Amino acid sequence: MNVPLFIFLAFVALTLAITAWAARRSSGAASYFAAGRRITGWQNGLAVAGDYMSAASFLGIAGLIAFNGYDGFMYSVGWLVAYLTVLLIVAEPLRNAGKYTMADILAYRLSPRPVRAMAALATLTVSTFYMIAQMVGAGALVSLLLKDSGITYSTAVGAVGLLMIVYVVFGGMLATTWVQIVKAILLMGGTLLLSILVLSHFGFSFAAFFDAVTHVRYTLNGVPVEQDFLTPGLKYKPPYGALDLISLGMALIFGTAGLPHILIRFYTVPDARTARVSVVWAMAIIGAFYVMTTFLGFGAATIVGRDFIASNGGINMSAPLLAQFLGGDTFFAFISAVAFATILAVVAGLTISASSSFSHDFWTNVVHHGSERGPYEEVRVARITAFVVGIVAIVLAIALGPGANVAFLVGLAFSVAASANLPAIVLSIFWKRFNTAGAVAALGAGLASSIGLILISPGVRGPAAIFPLENPGILSIPIGFAAAVIATLASNDRSSEIKFAELQVRGNTGLGAEKPTPH
Amino acid sequence: MSSHRPPDWERLAATPQFRHLLRAKAAFVVPATLFFCAYYFSLPLLVGYFPEFMSRKILGPLNIAYVFALSQFVMAWILAFLYTRAARRFDAMAREVVALNDLPKGPTAQ
Repeated sequence: MNVPLFIFLAFVALTLAITAWAARRSSGAASYFAAGRRITGWQNGLAVAGDYMSAASFLGIAGLIAFNGYDGFMYSVGWLVAYLTVLLIVAEPLRNAGKYTMADILAYRLSPRPVRAMAALATLTVSTFYMIAQMVGAGALVSLLLKDSGITYSTAVGAVGLLMIVYVVFGGMLATTWVQIVKAILLMGGTLLLSILVLSHFGFSFAAFFDAVTHVRYTLNGVPVEQDFLTPGLKYKPPYGALDLISLGMALIFGTAGLPHILIRFYTVPDARTARVSVVWAMAIIGAFYVMTTFLGFGAATIVGRDFIASNGGINMSAPLLAQFLGGDTFFAFISAVAFATILAVVAGLTISASSSFSHDFWTNVVHHGSERGPYEEVRVARITAFVVGIVAIVLAIALGPGANVAFLVGLAFSVAASANLPAIVLSIFWKRFNTAGAVAALGAGLASSIGLILISPGVRGPAAIFPLENPGILSIPIGFAAAVIATLASNDRSSEIKFAELQVRGNTGLGAEKPTPH
Repeated sequence: MSSHRPPDWERLAATPQFRHLLRAKAAFVVPATLFFCAYYFSLPLLVGYFPEFMSRKILGPLNIAYVFALSQFVMAWILAFLYTRAARRFDAMAREVVALNDLPKGPTAQ
């Protein structure tokens, strides 16, 4: 048996053991959806990091930097600074006022049915697109790595999908959490090792390393060129490059605090203070990782070279190829297994966020008007949803094929989160007058404008694009906020003001917040 | 321990202790948010519109653009640390408000 397959199977065995353990402990809705709210601060910090750092972070950023230098590093910066929005504005009130899903905080003082229906739609859209992106990445990676073992793209996608279904259906949030913790440790370990190997290649001299980064050689249109890779503007060029960078920054900074699968992680801790501590842990881990993307990306550019990567698997294989150059086939196998673990943990987080939103928001509160259906029905519906979501994601990822535009799918997820979810969340926490019409308008307009602008962007239409930017945030985020304000003021509905005092006190003091379950 | 009757949210929201908590939080969160947005968005603005200036070398092979990008990590960590420290005060103030809920309705709540 070959080494990558063995390392990957060892990880799968470990995660299945975690799932079996979690399934035995799990009983009741708070246990299934929120791991009993007994995850500690550092554990949740690792789990948030494991939930967040996806294939886009590990394979994507390394490749973007390896091919475009400095401009790729802009993603690293934005993805960390984004956590300040989570820390300062969203995490604590969400933990204090909510229960299982992002929509809980919206439904607190707004009319639950329309708001939850729209929020469930936004959650399912974000989760599904994000998930398909991860699975396409996983399938492409597997078929490349294990090309001699006869495992095809479709088999790989099916395997990833089935594993995530097993974690979520049987192990719920507890299993998902521990899979994410193990993955975060593996990813940090692998990235640290790879960074040390890059530095040792340059005799542990930062000067020698950065000197090489400023003299990267590659072939451009058949002509050999030498380029300073610390120079900005290699990817984002005039006339629209600057606007695109700002637009990207807006989607990253404001989108993270609207990603449902990240937000529901704060329900797994006992209280708001622990939620805050866990964000700080996550910022330490995620920040350290993104700083190290310097070594991954620039290391691949200088040591492996853009030309070699382009003809041996393409941009997304930059980090694994770097591992092969520096540590041989075994290290290559290890880093590839880390990439799988990364993808698996993220798709598990996405699946549980989609299924809890469908079950808690749509089934219980929209279809059944919030009437108590017994604690087990919500969990049963969530399990069935997780199964269906998993199957749909497998089918779509296979139908789209390994050539699908992954960046487009992830960009769409961040854009919807920033333009639809964030305005609704922020205004429902801070603006007394905000009402149901405003929330529905924000979610609808944010969703529609994100999808519409991306469909006419260069990422989809190429040179025939009508909208000149790859990232719609600079337009779609103001549209989301403007729709919220206009619809609120146009409606005479003032019923939401009655519970504003309650939300304020509960959100800021934790009085009446959901308690952890007893052992 | 909290009492079993539902909290009188309106009364608590109007207490000077709660108003004080809201003011203290806003005094930190509003300037901190404005600061980090300004600091962060000056990076794509400068890089996008003044690439020549940002490409100037200031630290050996390192240019302004890269050093400024690295400083964003340090900025985020420092701000997170400062917020955590300030939040200990907010937690104490929040506990005071919760304690008010446990008190029987005194002469202030006629």
